[in-house]
Amino acid sequence: MKSAAATPPYTLNHPRWYRKRVSTYWWLQRWEYLRFVLREISSVFIAIFVVETLFQIYALSRGPESYSVFLSVLKNPFVFALNIISFLFVVFHSITWFNLSARAMSIRVGGKKVPGFLISGPNFVAWFVISAVIAWLLLRA
Amino acid sequence: MDAQPTKLRIEPLLWILFSAGGVVAAFLIPIHLFVLGIATPLGWTKTTEYASATAFLAFPIVRLYLLVLCSLPLFHAAHRIRYTLYDGLQIKHLNEVIAVACYGGAVVGTVIAGYLLWNFV
Repeated sequence: MKSAAATPPYTLNHPRWYRKRVSTYWWLQRWEYLRFVLREISSVFIAIFVVETLFQIYALSRGPESYSVFLSVLKNPFVFALNIISFLFVVFHSITWFNLSARAMSIRVGGKKVPGFLISGPNFVAWFVISAVIAWLLLRA
Repeated sequence: MDAQPTKLRIEPLLWILFSAGGVVAAFLIPIHLFVLGIATPLGWTKTTEYASATAFLAFPIVRLYLLVLCSLPLFHAAHRIRYTLYDGLQIKHLNEVIAVACYGGAVVGTVIAGYLLWNFV
């Protein structure tokens, strides 16, 4: 076929090119699909948190006046609502991430596969301990 | 749903950054977001007030920690947003543009974080 014209005036039959068209809204068809997309969307809220933190550091570097403006923006009802939603999404990210770790790491001990909860369980424990330490550092009066 | 929108040479590195950022985000961001976004506006904490926050940032280790907290999760988010646009919305003709925008955004965010934290007085 190489010897044929480089651009034939007809379309070559090419069975491998057949793709069934998937709806743009395929992820709305089943709860599992929607859950997958929500998990992926959690990353947008992670990015929003980073941007907020960068604004906080920027405001701190500019001085007390700038920082008080930043704090008043945090009290804005829309920003507060966004932060509540973001919090739910980042918690969802953590839960799905630790559950995934059990599937990503298939550890075998003595020829037997270590059950998933023995891998994700310690992750959850570590998450609570780390969160408690940071909360103790940042939330005590 | 192919798993390979574009064959970038740095693809393995991007997956490592995605994974590392996912771990950092999973362990650290919920509590930090709770402190900054919920506890601070409700007045439940004094550590985010100007004097205590700047005192925290005086420690180089805290600034290094914040750099990691900002940078790696950005690469994690860039990776997921890129693949969600590819698989979810099936935007396949803009592969390169989306990849550059996502990872470029993460690089820009990292540079901004590094600049702010390095020059923090």
